[in-house]
Amino acid sequence: MDVLTENFSLYGKGFLGTLELTVYASILALVLGLVMASFRVAPVGSLRVFGTVWVMVLRNTPLTLLFFAVLLGLPRFGLVLPFKVFAILALGCYTSAFICEVLRSGINTVPQGQGEAARSLGMTFGQTLGNVVLPQAFRSVIPPVGSTLIALAKNSAIAGAFSVTELLGTYKTLNELGYSIIWTFVWIAVGYLIITLSISALFNVLEKRYGVAR
Amino acid sequence: MTQTAAASALYDIPGPRTRKRHFVYGIVSTAVIIALVGWIIYLLVETEQFTSAKWTPFEYKGIQELLLRGLGNTLKAFAYAAVLSLALGAVLAVGRLSEHRAVRWLATLVVEFFRAMPVLVMIFFIFVALKVQPLPALVAGLTLYNGSVLAEVFRTGINSVDRGQREAAYALGMRKTQVMTFVLAPQAVRAMLPTIISQLVVALKDTSLGYLITYEEFLHAGKLIASNLDYDLPFIPVVMVISPIYIGMCMLLSWFATWVAKRERRSPKTEAVEVAPAEPGTLLPGVK
Repeated sequence: MDVLTENFSLYGKGFLGTLELTVYASILALVLGLVMASFRVAPVGSLRVFGTVWVMVLRNTPLTLLFFAVLLGLPRFGLVLPFKVFAILALGCYTSAFICEVLRSGINTVPQGQGEAARSLGMTFGQTLGNVVLPQAFRSVIPPVGSTLIALAKNSAIAGAFSVTELLGTYKTLNELGYSIIWTFVWIAVGYLIITLSISALFNVLEKRYGVAR
Repeated sequence: MTQTAAASALYDIPGPRTRKRHFVYGIVSTAVIIALVGWIIYLLVETEQFTSAKWTPFEYKGIQELLLRGLGNTLKAFAYAAVLSLALGAVLAVGRLSEHRAVRWLATLVVEFFRAMPVLVMIFFIFVALKVQPLPALVAGLTLYNGSVLAEVFRTGINSVDRGQREAAYALGMRKTQVMTFVLAPQAVRAMLPTIISQLVVALKDTSLGYLITYEEFLHAGKLIASNLDYDLPFIPVVMVISPIYIGMCMLLSWFATWVAKRERRSPKTEAVEVAPAEPGTLLPGVK
């Protein structure tokens, strides 16, 4: 118990660091994932290929390798940014591949007849997409997106090992200060549980409000 | 998998003018992508990543052996983790499906806890707090995490078998264990095989976490070479050598999962159960 109360600011900093990584990387992943998903369903062949390659490569890349390449590799090209930004980039790009697949399969669950009916009513492409197809796709993607974002929050722990301030990284300092290592980890675990369970709760609420009536 | 744009709810089948417009878009986007790739290659050449000093180390016998040893260690960790997590998954799934409330609660608690924890936290905990060697720590962490996810996968599989199968088996006078082992489990495993293999891809990818606890796996070997001053710090070349191998291994396994999914879907033995897509298990509690 002492570990938490005596080092509250340290834990707080780590917790906020993890939260920050999670939020920014989630935004990046959602935006990039949406772009890639639209590439993958685009009528233009080369964009489809680009999207497919992006997803296939990133889904099969170990995140540690990606972190390794981005955090230690990009500076070789003279691109010097804070480690945190690199970490967000790596995490966001990695997760975007998963988000893309989720969104694409969401779009594919909408029956073809829906689009045809919308067009036969004289709706424009934008109207078909905005009023008919995407609202239906959105409903079915809520749980898998939540699942992907939970995975992202958990993956952010890897950033700590690459000297970005976040929750898991706090164990090093506390270990050096001579605190009980078991309790240190218990509180780290609690921190992660708070984050993952809140994401899960958030998406359960969204699912209840907007999800498909089953 | 790859669906043509025509077969989706998004577009009509394009007419001649639309096709012409798409053709123009195609040329423009191809040009942009080629320019992007060219720019990256230019950057690589500009920063002298292709000099012989940085690439000759890969011709040395010692370096090759170092890399191969690393790869071997990665595969070893993966093999242990895969076998153990399948076993743990089976045990936990049986626990969650048990008729005894205490067992069910315990299994649920274990599964939910380890699913919600980052793997890396577990690996670090085992490595730092319990002072275990890197390999057992890595394998234990991966087993706990993937075992818990696989338990959920197995359970979903068992629950997705048509209810009539279970009822028919009980009606024939089979016992609880017999129903499970002869009727439900075989069908569930068939249905969930693509998901199980996809989860093993996750395990394979996560063996690279061993790098962070100084386990001498593939990435670690790469890091050793990359930080060698004698070879002019060949960081980018190392990444260019290592990542295709890593990504290739994972892709092979992913493709295998997709292939299995296609095969099982055609198989007459999966008529009473729906074959899951080739994707790793979900993490959101309370979602099937």
